[in-house]
Amino acid sequence: MKVTFPHMGHMWICLKAMLQYLGVEVVVPPSCSKKTLTLGTKHAPEFACMPLKLNLGNFMEAYELGADTIIMAGGCGPCRFGYYAYSENEILKDLKYNFNLIVLEPPEKHFSEFLIKIKQITGNRSWYQVIKGIRFGFLKAKAVDEIERLSFKIRPRELVAGSTDMAFQQALAEIDRAKTPQELIINIEQAKNIMSSIEIDQIKPVLKVGIVGEIYTLLEPFSNQNIERLLGKLGVEVDRSIYLSEWINDHLFMGLIKKMSNREETCRAARPFLNHFVGGHGEETIGSTVLYSEKGYDGVIQLLPFTCMPEIVAQSILPKVSEKLGIAVMTLIVDEQSGEAGLLTRLEAFVDLIAQKKKQKEALA
Amino acid sequence: MKGYLGVDVGSVSTNIVFIDEQGDVKETIYLRTCGQPIVTVQKGLKELAQRLPENTVVRGVGTTGSGRHLAGVVIGADTIKNEITTHAVAASYLVPGVQTILEIGGQDSKIIILRNNVVSDFAMNTVCAAGTGSFLDQQASRLNIAIEDFGPISLKAKAPVRIAGRCAVFAESDMIHKQQMGCALPDILAGLCEALVRNYLNNVGKGKEILEPVVFQGGVAANVGMKKAFEDAIGVSVQIPPYFNVMGAVGAAVLAKDAVKKSVPTRFKGFAVADINYHASSFECSGCANCCEVVEINENEETIARWGDRCGKWSNALAKKEKIS
Ligand code: SF4
Repeated sequence: MKVTFPHMGHMWICLKAMLQYLGVEVVVPPSCSKKTLTLGTKHAPEFACMPLKLNLGNFMEAYELGADTIIMAGGCGPCRFGYYAYSENEILKDLKYNFNLIVLEPPEKHFSEFLIKIKQITGNRSWYQVIKGIRFGFLKAKAVDEIERLSFKIRPRELVAGSTDMAFQQALAEIDRAKTPQELIINIEQAKNIMSSIEIDQIKPVLKVGIVGEIYTLLEPFSNQNIERLLGKLGVEVDRSIYLSEWINDHLFMGLIKKMSNREETCRAARPFLNHFVGGHGEETIGSTVLYSEKGYDGVIQLLPFTCMPEIVAQSILPKVSEKLGIAVMTLIVDEQSGEAGLLTRLEAFVDLIAQKKKQKEALA
Repeated sequence: MKGYLGVDVGSVSTNIVFIDEQGDVKETIYLRTCGQPIVTVQKGLKELAQRLPENTVVRGVGTTGSGRHLAGVVIGADTIKNEITTHAVAASYLVPGVQTILEIGGQDSKIIILRNNVVSDFAMNTVCAAGTGSFLDQQASRLNIAIEDFGPISLKAKAPVRIAGRCAVFAESDMIHKQQMGCALPDILAGLCEALVRNYLNNVGKGKEILEPVVFQGGVAANVGMKKAFEDAIGVSVQIPPYFNVMGAVGAAVLAKDAVKKSVPTRFKGFAVADINYHASSFECSGCANCCEVVEINENEETIARWGDRCGKWSNALAKKEKIS
């Protein structure tokens, strides 16, 4: 069995760690690229959203590298994502790709449901081993998130253009390299050292923008045209409303690990504007916008793939949130486009706008 | 004479304006970009140099538009700004106190909301360009009328026909059906204007509070049919400022004036830029599966700028030298 999975940002690092730790052979598909998207759009229905197209491309590229089993997340609720694993599998079957499909449905009641699924893949490993493997993967997810957060802080302040990008790649490779939890501790230190060696301007004033929206588009830089990097270069410190480790904790561990920012808290913040589940991350989008405004962020950018229903609901509510709380909000819809000029124009204009607003506020204070 | 240059390099047109020390617009040049931004800018500069008195001193230059970075490195800009900011600057400069800007250009349409002379919100067309100048151009040529006649003809409408405005494809096929039903041309044109305005207000102006004074600018503002459709739809009068079709360039010039205020010397390379040999070349990077198309701008034999790479490998290598924003 050679297992593969779709790319979603840096998720591959933690999935690969977990599976390899449990002795499963893994094929990591090549990073999402134009080729991935071209493959996906060729075979996916035109009206499907971009995440499906990229997933499909990932699987096809992984198949070429010998993968025979897909692990894919499932879902429930108003968003069509729940069907994705199955539709993707049907499309692949039609194309004569022979894959086994294992769908990790979010557990309905208890974490143990998730454990049982993992055990299907790992066969005769003991429960203890399985839990240790999952923990290892989770530790990596946390480490990656930590490094990424550092990069968000450093990039707008870097003295040499591009130095953060380079260091970040090296730091990720460090984390990927660790084979055991013991090794990981050392490699995390190493990764942090790499990040802290970037020369920065300590006193440079920066703007702060929170990025909210649909999870895949938030986590996969290829799908959002590297928005975090572009903003960083414009002198903006970004934060993202969803990090992988938090998502894992919320949806797979069912909030088992306390002390992490979680879904419930975010949804509570959304209450005055939206008080029921609309699928996907619609509620989180509203809630996170409220929270960013409370934390004094200068602006919020919402990201969504074209036709994403939950986010369209959120999009229609955001103007009210923006008006009530006085925080600038901009929505960006992504699809197959790869031209950067249009995106950059909107980002620059948004940054100009929040910079002016900030100046005005400071002049009044 | 001393003054400032504003250069707006868009996908359809390239505009250059010259403003004097008092900020009055002295010259405007409007050229078709025709997919050759560098050559067009050079041509425009040459023309401008001929029009201006011989002893003219350019004290600052600003660029804007989708080709702003390209134009910026080629002519040596003191400020490079996106078209939303420059349009807002120009409108509030020419129409003091403006609170709403409706702008429809070739490829993009946008709405800008100002309060107390500061941009407080904006939006651009997101996924479709149904309500833009190019679409109007296309329809005019399909109906075999000059774009200049479009507006005046549409004003003769007795009963505008309802056209589906959701997207360009729907609009076009709906128009064809209505033509075949025998509807009069003025009624169809007026209906199209109404459809585009509806599309604009639903997609771009969505949820924004339109307060007076309202300014309508961009190339499409020349179309009186569109002006009327806007006024009918929002129920307030709409002003078209002077220089409505070169607002980006005006804004860029005003910003250039600001940028060099603190007596920084201009980076402008002089009108001789028109004679320098620039060429843009591109290559496909083979570093990863993205196969980015990297564009290089060469001045004589030296590479002065690069972009198009997703990872920053190529652009970062040059960016170290200087950073302009
Ligand atoms: S929520 Fe997002 S991932 Fe889900 S179907 Fe909609 S667009 Fe696709």
